[in-house]
Order: sequence, then C-alpha cells, then structure tokens
Amino acid sequence: MSDPEASLSAPIEQPSVAVAEAGTARSAAFGIRWRRQLEAILIPGGAIAVSLILFGVFCFFAGANPLAVYASIDKAAFGSWYSFQNTLVRAAPLMLCALCTAIPFRLGLVVIGNEGAFVIGGLCATIVGLQLPNSSPLTVQIVMVLSGMAAGGFWILLVGALKYYRGVNETISSLLMNYIALALLNQAVNSWIKDPSSLNKPSSYPIPDAQMLQPIGGSLVNWGLVFGIVACLITWFLIQKTTFGFQIRVIGGNIRAARLAGLPVGPTIIIACFLAGAAPGLAGMVEVAAVQGSASESLAAGYGYSGVLVAFLARQNAFGCILVSVLLGGLLASGGILQRTHHLPDATTLVFQGIVFLTILYSESLYGRWKFFREGNA
Amino acid sequence: MSNPVGGLGWLGVPLALLAGAVRGGTPFLFVSLGECLTEKSGKINLGLEGVLLMGAMSGYAISYKTGSPWIGVLAGGCAGMILGLIHAWLVLRPNVNDVAVGIAMIIFGGGFAFFLGKPFIQPVAPQLPSIDLGNWSADPAVRAALKICPLFFAGVALAFGMHWFFRSTRWGMFVRAVGDQPGAARAMGISVWKVRTVSIVCGSFLAGIGGAYLSLFYPGSWNERVSSGQGVMAVALVIFARWNPVECLWASLLFGGAQALGPALQSVGIGGYYYLFNAAPYFLTLAVMIATCNPRRSLTGAPGAIGTGL
Repeated sequence: MSDPEASLSAPIEQPSVAVAEAGTARSAAFGIRWRRQLEAILIPGGAIAVSLILFGVFCFFAGANPLAVYASIDKAAFGSWYSFQNTLVRAAPLMLCALCTAIPFRLGLVVIGNEGAFVIGGLCATIVGLQLPNSSPLTVQIVMVLSGMAAGGFWILLVGALKYYRGVNETISSLLMNYIALALLNQAVNSWIKDPSSLNKPSSYPIPDAQMLQPIGGSLVNWGLVFGIVACLITWFLIQKTTFGFQIRVIGGNIRAARLAGLPVGPTIIIACFLAGAAPGLAGMVEVAAVQGSASESLAAGYGYSGVLVAFLARQNAFGCILVSVLLGGLLASGGILQRTHHLPDATTLVFQGIVFLTILYSESLYGRWKFFREGNA
Repeated sequence: MSNPVGGLGWLGVPLALLAGAVRGGTPFLFVSLGECLTEKSGKINLGLEGVLLMGAMSGYAISYKTGSPWIGVLAGGCAGMILGLIHAWLVLRPNVNDVAVGIAMIIFGGGFAFFLGKPFIQPVAPQLPSIDLGNWSADPAVRAALKICPLFFAGVALAFGMHWFFRSTRWGMFVRAVGDQPGAARAMGISVWKVRTVSIVCGSFLAGIGGAYLSLFYPGSWNERVSSGQGVMAVALVIFARWNPVECLWASLLFGGAQALGPALQSVGIGGYYYLFNAAPYFLTLAVMIATCNPRRSLTGAPGAIGTGL
C-alpha cells in the first residue's frame, strides 16, 4: 500500500473486490489474534519452563534432587486442602499489594511504595482499633478497614501528588516512603502504642480476640482473600469498563493528548493513586486484624515488594494478579518444607523468586521476535 | 564526673556525627559512585541493593577463607560485576523495564547472598585495618572516632578521579554522550550497547566494594541485616548530588552523618524519637527532591536519555 491513490480508489471502482478484501482482512485479523494469543501463552509459559530448569540446576548444585524439591513445593503449596488454605492466606495480601503497582502503571507511573502503604495501613488500623475497646466487633472492624484503606491511600496519594505538582520521580519517592513508613511503625511500637509486656519484640497492644477478623466458616482462610479477589475484580472493571478507567488509560498512553482533550489529569492521577494505596492499606489491616493480632516490625515481611513482582509478572492485569498471587503464595508457603526435608536455607525461595522474575522479564523482550506470531495469513 | 554523657559531653554529638559521616558514609560513597557512572550512561540501576548484599557476603566469606580482607574486597567487587553483567544484559534488551529488573535483582542478589552466606554468619572473618588519625588525643572517644578505613580515602580519590574522567577524558565523553544523546553517540560510531554494559558492570563493581566495606569494616559482620537500604538510597543520592561524582562525596558524608544522628542523640539522652531520627536520610532526600524538582523541566545535570530505551 505504498501508493495512497490506489488504495483510495480501489473500493470505489471495484466494490466486489473491496468486499472480498474485507473478508480476507477479517480472517487475517482473526489469524493475527489467534497467533497473538498463542504468543501470549507460549512466551510466559516458556519463560516459566526455563526458570524451572535454571532453578533445578541450582538445586542440583546445592545438593538437592530438583524433582524432589519441586514435588515438595507442589505438596506444600497445593498438596492438600490444608496446605492450599495456607497458600491462599499468603496469596491474599499479594493480590492487594500488586494493585498498588498495577493501577498507577496504567497511568504511566511505576510506583513501588506497596510495602510502605501496607505498613502504614496496618499501623493506622491498629491505632484506630485500639481506641475502641468496648465497641461491637463489626464496628471496630469496619472502622479499622476504613482507616487502613484511608492511610494507605493517602500514602500513595502523596506520591502521585508529588509527581503531578512537583515532578518528583514517583519510583524514588515511593521507595523512600517505604523506609519512612517503616520508621514510623518502629517509632510507634517502641513508644506511643507500645505494649510494655512485649519485651523481646516491641509491639503494640494486642487487638482483643473478640474483635479480630474471624476466619471464614471454619477454614483457615480469612476475609483478606475475599477482599483481594473483589478488589482485583473491581479494578479490572474500573479500568476496562468505566469512563474513569478510560481517562486513566488515555493519560497513561499520552498525557499531552489527555490534556489537550480536556481530561482532568491531576484529579485522575490523585484518585487513582489513592485507590492504588488503599489496596495494600487494606492488606495491612487484614495482616494485623486476622493474622498477627498486633502491630510490630514483622508487619514489614516483604509482601509489598513481592506485590511489585506480582504486578509485573501479571503484566499489570488485575485478573492476572489473582493467578500469579496464588502461585507465588504457594511458593512462599513452601519455604519451611524446603528447609526441613531438603536442608536448603529459607533464602532458597528468594532465589527461586529471583530466577522466575528475571526470566519472565527477559521474555518480555521476545514479543514480536518471531514472525510466525505476527503473520496474518492463517 | 557528674556528666552522664561521657568525657566530651555535648561535644560528643558533633564528633559522633563527623565519625558517622566518614564511617557510615563510605558505603554510600562507593554505591553512589557506581550508580552515578551507570546513570551517566543513561540507565538506572535499582538493583544495587542486591549487589551490595552479594558484595558483603562474598567479601566476608573470602576474607574468612583466605585470611586476607583485601582479597575479600576484591571478591566483593567481582561478585558485584557478575550481577552487573546479568543486569546489563537484561536492561539493554528492548521492552524490559529498568525498575522491574532492579527489584528482581534485589530479590535475586539478596536471595543468593543469604543462601550462600548462611554458613558464614557464625565465623569471624579478618577485618580491614584502620588508619588511626586520633593518636594525638588522650580521649578514647576521639581515638575511636578517628579510626578510618583506607577504603574511605580510596573512595575520595575515586570521586575526584571520576569527576576528571567525565570532564576530561575521551572515554568519559563517550559515557556522557551515550547518556545524553544515544542517537548522536551512535552517529559518532560509539556502540551504545558496549558503553552502557561497561558502565553498568563497573558501577556494580564499585557497589560490590561498598558491600564488602559493610561486612569487613563497619558494621563489620555478615548477617542478613548488614545493609540498611544503602543500595536503593544510592539512586536518590545521585539525584541529590546532581550526577556529579564530587557532590556524591559530600552527599554520602551528609547521609552517613544523618544515619548517625539517632544513636548520637540517644547517647546524650534524647532517645524519644530514635527511630524517626534513624530515618533522617530518607526525609532529607525526599525534602530535597520536593524542593528541587520541577514538573516542567528535568533536573539540571540529568543525563538527557536517562531511563529511556536502548
């Protein structure tokens, strides 16, 4: 189609050819779509296979049988209903933390303040929850959820506002705010809300047992999983199906075009960042109110940083975040068994995570590399 | 002695800050010089935290095995180079996000360091010697404060050397050209890929030495908490120093001093906000970034092509 006149005149003079061409174009488009979907499955699948081989080699050199290690990981993660529940408990905060990176990414921002928002959400929920010792459990829990989300949301909102109004790089500022959040947490549990009986590990006063979030119907799984799945679904709907989501995607695609079109760029960035931070804030609240029972340094267990990983592995897709979180949750749940049965240090799961992450990032550069997936003559 | 603070009293605070600036600033200095070199070539390396941990572990392990801390320092640098090679190979491919690779390298490097370093947490490795500049004083606090690691002086020399390298040498110009205008550099016949790879690998070497300093001088032991985020803060520190190696030196001293603020104030009885004072470097960086950034133009001194594709 190098000659524009020919392409313009062709449909007018020969309508039948145009119809036929449209037909082939449609089947070609179908062919492209089919092949692209195959590419979108094969590349990450291949990357995971390669990372499994690499980690297998690593295990071999570490003196363990790779196949036995994989069998143990599978057993510890998905082997029984009990272990699968354990996996889901770990997957829930990952889903929520991943949204903190996935939502701003659509705006063109790379935010890695997940850990900070998680910690601040947990801390604020604890502080507020401790003020209401005599209220009904439901009231306390709702107030804690709201304060956790508000605190986490405000934390990432700051990052977005600094970016929009002052041009401060959002990646660096959110990273710094992780450390500031951790310092605030340590300061709080060592002075303002310190439980004097917690000597070895300074922590806050505990949330009364009656007010804790209870597991769902006799299982080990707590409400965090429901929150996580619902939040991912809402995020998907918000970004793909609403006007607000469309604004987010336009701003992420071309911020100048968004400005020229008169879209409210500033408010959209601020609101989206608030929502992004609210998710890990909620996860922090669940961690306190359903798992740990009080705020302490162990809130910063790395769920936030793993959340960044999940978001990138899921290619910033909210549905993908659910799936990847469950897989990574299983991997995290298997750390103990590797130590017990294979005498591998607990850092082995970190090595595994690193290898998987690096291989999948490498695979990003392979899209469009093979002509087969982009050819249309199916 | 009615003074509970010690022989020096309140004078101890500035002395502790000064000593902390030199002692705690040295790892910042090496990591930030490495980051500065990398960023000058147009790429951000967020994964230096992983390099730092790997350098700390290898330095300590090799020092323990060979009995020579200096071989340990070299090993730390080489471990950094290996991670740098992986990082460079990944980030110089199309469509690969710098930040994501950085986080992955933190997990990967940290994981490897903790995995391989597990047997070395217990043993005591020979430490780097110190140069005692405080022998003129009878006060033990002054003497302790002026025990300085030779690596600090090496770092200072390196900062000035790197400044000269960027300003006055042919290779320095190549690095700057690749970081500012990769297209123009390519037109000059420079291989952007090669220059960036070498910059990232050399930068990681320096960060690895910074890691070895952590485990072999101060704090002087290997465990999983040996680094307190110096690797990631280096990125902020380089922005703070406006991509100038000599200013990286002053910024590192400032950050080292800020790190010593909490303990120093605690020693004179102001311990109430110990943990917040510990976070002083982070507040400082954020405040400086808020004060100096502008949404309408990039920072003066920033490499033109930073963070863009190959």
